[in-house]
Amino acid sequence: MKFWRLIKANLFRKKVRLLLTLGSFMVAMFLFAFLAVVRGAFTRTGGIASAGRLVTINRVSIIQPIPLSYRDKIARIKGVQAVTHYNWFGGTYQDEKNFFPQFVIDPENQRKVIPELVVPDVQWANFLKDRQGAIAGAATAKRFGWKIGDRIPITTTIYGTGGAWEFNLDGIYHGQHADDDESQFWFQWDYFEERVPDRIKGLIGWYAIKLDSPDEALRVATAVDNEFANSPYETKTDTESQFAANWVKQFGNIEFLILSIGSVVFFTLLLVTGNTMAISVRERTGELGILKAIGFKNRSVLFFVLAESLAIALVGGILGLGLALIAIPVLGSALNGLLPNLILSKSVLAVAIGFALAVGAASGLLPGIGAMRLRVVNALRRV
Amino acid sequence: MVSVNNNGQSSALIQVRGLNKTYRRGGEEIQVLQGLNLDVDKGDFVGFMGPSGSGKTTLLNLMGGLDVPTAGTISVAGDEITHMSSGKLTEWRARHVGFVFQMYNLIPVLTAYQNVELPLLLTRLSGTERRQHVEAALSIVGLAGRSNHFPRQLSGGQEQRVAIARAIVSDPTFLLCDEPTGDLDRKSADEIMALISELVAKHAKTVLMVTHDPLVAARAQTVLHLEKGVLVEAAKSQHGVVVGGGA
Repeated sequence: MKFWRLIKANLFRKKVRLLLTLGSFMVAMFLFAFLAVVRGAFTRTGGIASAGRLVTINRVSIIQPIPLSYRDKIARIKGVQAVTHYNWFGGTYQDEKNFFPQFVIDPENQRKVIPELVVPDVQWANFLKDRQGAIAGAATAKRFGWKIGDRIPITTTIYGTGGAWEFNLDGIYHGQHADDDESQFWFQWDYFEERVPDRIKGLIGWYAIKLDSPDEALRVATAVDNEFANSPYETKTDTESQFAANWVKQFGNIEFLILSIGSVVFFTLLLVTGNTMAISVRERTGELGILKAIGFKNRSVLFFVLAESLAIALVGGILGLGLALIAIPVLGSALNGLLPNLILSKSVLAVAIGFALAVGAASGLLPGIGAMRLRVVNALRRV
Repeated sequence: MVSVNNNGQSSALIQVRGLNKTYRRGGEEIQVLQGLNLDVDKGDFVGFMGPSGSGKTTLLNLMGGLDVPTAGTISVAGDEITHMSSGKLTEWRARHVGFVFQMYNLIPVLTAYQNVELPLLLTRLSGTERRQHVEAALSIVGLAGRSNHFPRQLSGGQEQRVAIARAIVSDPTFLLCDEPTGDLDRKSADEIMALISELVAKHAKTVLMVTHDPLVAARAQTVLHLEKGVLVEAAKSQHGVVVGGGA
């Protein structure tokens, strides 16, 4: 710590340059956090709970339906603990901009298959008794200011039966983990089945299957697809995480796009800070010579240069992530639920800080080694 | 007692034997120092004069462990420094040498106090002990009241005083002064030379100084001329002014 005064004095030597370098780190870290959050939103599944789940869709596409009658056949396959089904409703609330995901659910099995999204028992019991009942995620309820007992009209363009569908909000679910999606809206299969046109009756969107053990995933998935092979509705079964990955691919190669932008950010930041550190060290050649002359070792000189670049990286990184912590929730609200929970998790923060420190170390290393190798006699001539 | 002729054993604090330094410039070899011998005792104040390019600064750099000779040896208080590794030499410099340069070479972003404290950061002294040493050094150079001033807030003479305080703060074995008054006006130069003389007289410091100025050199107890890579003792006039090299 006795060297901190020297490091600090050198850091503040050129205040404008310091601010600009901190600014570049801040912007880069903000962008990094934002990209990581968007990637997370696209690829998020139910975490540990999802490891033991499969998703079965129509082999042609998820927008093609499959029969409800498959449910019992799937349930009989060895290794299947429970099975439930969903339909995408695709409605809006009051205004077309008020989008959020609505699912037609199978109340009997929903909680068995998706236990991490928790509804209090009393609310769930009321929901089961109410044909027009609905359960909203805490985030969506908060977004629209809903409370239990409210009448919720949802307009859909997919099932054009005229006018809005009316629901009674019987419960609000909460996720057990920070990254659980709390934006969904559920209502009962029976109500849906009653109102849709005959051509759609008896058809569901996809099945979610809970396994006895995650190790059974491949065997059960193959068994399910074999069961319905050569039928008019052939199926494609994947693990939930694979299903999520396939879902993201529909939007294009998001992963590649994010990695490309991230790489450009990384190298630009590296060049900017590396150049800044190189200039800073070159300007101080004579002073470094003095330090060496009076007894500071080569490794001390390297330490000073690295400490400076790491301090800039750390402070700039923290500022950028602070900005992200403030801005991302605002951005999430502005997107009107287009993406589920934009969450800046602790792991993203830790990776971002590690990334900032890596850039700081890399940008300080070359100038630091240059300073280390400086011959005192040559350095003193440059005073 | 300073001697330039001894090439055998002695009990001198600094012993230079058969010192050679050759530089390569382009394809040409330039021999700056040729088989130079020198003995300097503790408490001696030696001035080195000579024309530009005669090798004065090179000699000072070699004796300060900033450069390595082509041949020959330098021993200081029994330590043979010419064969030390770079790391050992750095440690040795921290313990034994105080440097004073023509351009003061203070760190501009540190205060006078912090500049003087720098060599002590390499020691195991506590913060309180460091403070005592720094205050004592600044007091010796007459700048006790300027410890919080940055170099840009000081005159040239005051900056050089801070540099001297930095050189003496860790109580090194000897001081190397390279043109310590070269960037100062006559009045400031006289003050600096009075201070260096006082360090020799009152504090028994050993000082090796390079200068172009005969009036400054005259302050030294012994003045040596470096000519064609060889040291010769200079003569002084009746008024004590250095008048040239002699046998």
